[in-house]
Amino acid sequence: MAPPPVERDLRLDLFRGIALWLIFLDHIPSNIVSWITIRNYGFSDATEIFVFISGYTAAFVYGRAMRDRGFVVAAARILKRAWQVYVAHIFLFVIYLAEIAYVSRSFENPLYAEEMGIFDFLRQPDVTLYEALLLKFKPANMDVLPLYIVLLGTFPLFLWILLRRPMLALATSVAVYVVALQFDVNLPAYPEGTWTFNPFAWQLLFGFGAWCAVGGAQRLSGFMRAPVVLGLAIAYLGFSLGIVLTWYFPPFGHLVPKWLSDWMYPIDKTNLDVLRFVHFLSLAVLTVRFIPRDWPALRSMWLRPAIVCGQHSLEIFCLGVFLAFAAHFIMVQVSEAVSAQVLASVTGIVLMVAVAWLLSWYKNIERNPGTRPPDADLAGGEA
Amino acid sequence: MKSFVTALIGALVCVSPALAGEQEDCAVAAHLVTADYPLPRVARAIAQKELKVVVVGSASSLLAGPGGKQEAAYPARLETALGKRLPGVKVTVTTFAKPRTTADSMEEDLEHLVHSEKPAVVIWQTGTVDAIRRIDTEDFRSAIDQGVAAVLEADSDIILMNPQYSPRTESMIEVQPYADAMRFAAMQHEVPLFDRFAVMRQWGELGTFDLLDPTKKTDMAERVHQCVADLLADLIVQSAKLAGANDNHQ
Repeated sequence: MAPPPVERDLRLDLFRGIALWLIFLDHIPSNIVSWITIRNYGFSDATEIFVFISGYTAAFVYGRAMRDRGFVVAAARILKRAWQVYVAHIFLFVIYLAEIAYVSRSFENPLYAEEMGIFDFLRQPDVTLYEALLLKFKPANMDVLPLYIVLLGTFPLFLWILLRRPMLALATSVAVYVVALQFDVNLPAYPEGTWTFNPFAWQLLFGFGAWCAVGGAQRLSGFMRAPVVLGLAIAYLGFSLGIVLTWYFPPFGHLVPKWLSDWMYPIDKTNLDVLRFVHFLSLAVLTVRFIPRDWPALRSMWLRPAIVCGQHSLEIFCLGVFLAFAAHFIMVQVSEAVSAQVLASVTGIVLMVAVAWLLSWYKNIERNPGTRPPDADLAGGEA
Repeated sequence: MKSFVTALIGALVCVSPALAGEQEDCAVAAHLVTADYPLPRVARAIAQKELKVVVVGSASSLLAGPGGKQEAAYPARLETALGKRLPGVKVTVTTFAKPRTTADSMEEDLEHLVHSEKPAVVIWQTGTVDAIRRIDTEDFRSAIDQGVAAVLEADSDIILMNPQYSPRTESMIEVQPYADAMRFAAMQHEVPLFDRFAVMRQWGELGTFDLLDPTKKTDMAERVHQCVADLLADLIVQSAKLAGANDNHQ
């Protein structure tokens, strides 16, 4: 297999940055701006992009580390990263608790006596906190980071295999996915049920991303550029768009033949439905076809904001979750008008970009004294 | 813009008198409650001049909570509303609602109830507790499927009612997937859905009700339940008519 490219692919940062913006917009409830996000136009959404690119960059960055400095050093760095994500998740959880605690004291409309059941978690703080620390209790919109933690936790071993026998690693990933689907394997959640993003299923995207990073992408490039594949991808995206439109215009739901809906539904996000995976692949085919690696615009100032966000994905992801909470809180307290929704969305993205820039600046001043080896976290990016 | 939309929808509602509820303002959401599927057992019961309705649900079917004043909640108001729309028919609405019950545990009760009560129609209100407890949507969907199948099997009609729209808790409780799952189940089984989620969201957006009001008083809640009862009564009567119309064609 050909050696992987040395220079970081800016397209990855660009699309991860955009995915982070879309995740932020989707996390603000009743937000008119979230109509622009891709989940409304096809089966997959920004989560697929985020997980795939995270797998890709993880293999890219830590793969080099494992080759150059051995398994132990690379594994230690990966686990340190997993720990950082864990701390970030718990930080967000505290903010969530603060918000529901505030609402539980300030909002007692009898119409919503039932919805107030969400505050029951506050009545048993010992259990709730304990389950949250075990990643079993996860509030709404806080499922991605726990998935990421589990994926990183098992990544050293996967990467070790991947660097020696890439096809074996990919086959293992596919096998785990198939077994998880077949036998309903998932991690337990609190108060009941299982994880919203089944790590045994979603590892497929992460593993596939990692495989692409160590040479799989070149191996696939002939296939990805074949006109037939392009045609199929466009046809599938069109089909998916048509189906999704029937969700928003229920009268058209009757146009979907019964055999098709019986076969197709439900399109399961928890277990990364094959239909979602194929939708993501179709998007990837189009992206690779029309946006070359050396696309000049990638160096332009206009795409810089998204790229910078994509290069600090953990921090910006967490910030996005927090900002979505805050945006909804402000909309509820102050105004729910469309103008307020647009303002909150735009302000949120501007803040994400500003913080990403600040982080880049920090990274530069920390690197310049020359205390860190120059190869760490290539080109300002991170896993 | 908002007032323009209100006026437009208001105008549409006025030209369709059949849809106009008791209160002019809650009728703005009437277009979201359409009779898509017939209720043949209700039509039969109306013809026999005795209509028995059973409401199975959780706390949002009780309003004041267990032991509170049940006449304030929508089921009691539905009895009155149906009585007005169906003169000469003896209408009874019985509520079997337990707070904090998920669709799965209601589903077991549901099978008992249809056999012991033998209602013409069951109104199954659920989803909120499942959303709070973040029950797997697949498990939720299969509980709904089983419940609907069991009720139809026992020769009763069924209407599904999805969760309330609650803007204040929207960032904490992800209700939408559960509301959608019920919408989808209704379509698959070809049974009517009272899309309470969409209706209340419309009221919130148009300002019919201030759903963010932190009031502790029940008057706003009572007006909401009155509106739910009126729209629900319209849905039942129209769906029963649909069944009658189908019979005439056959």
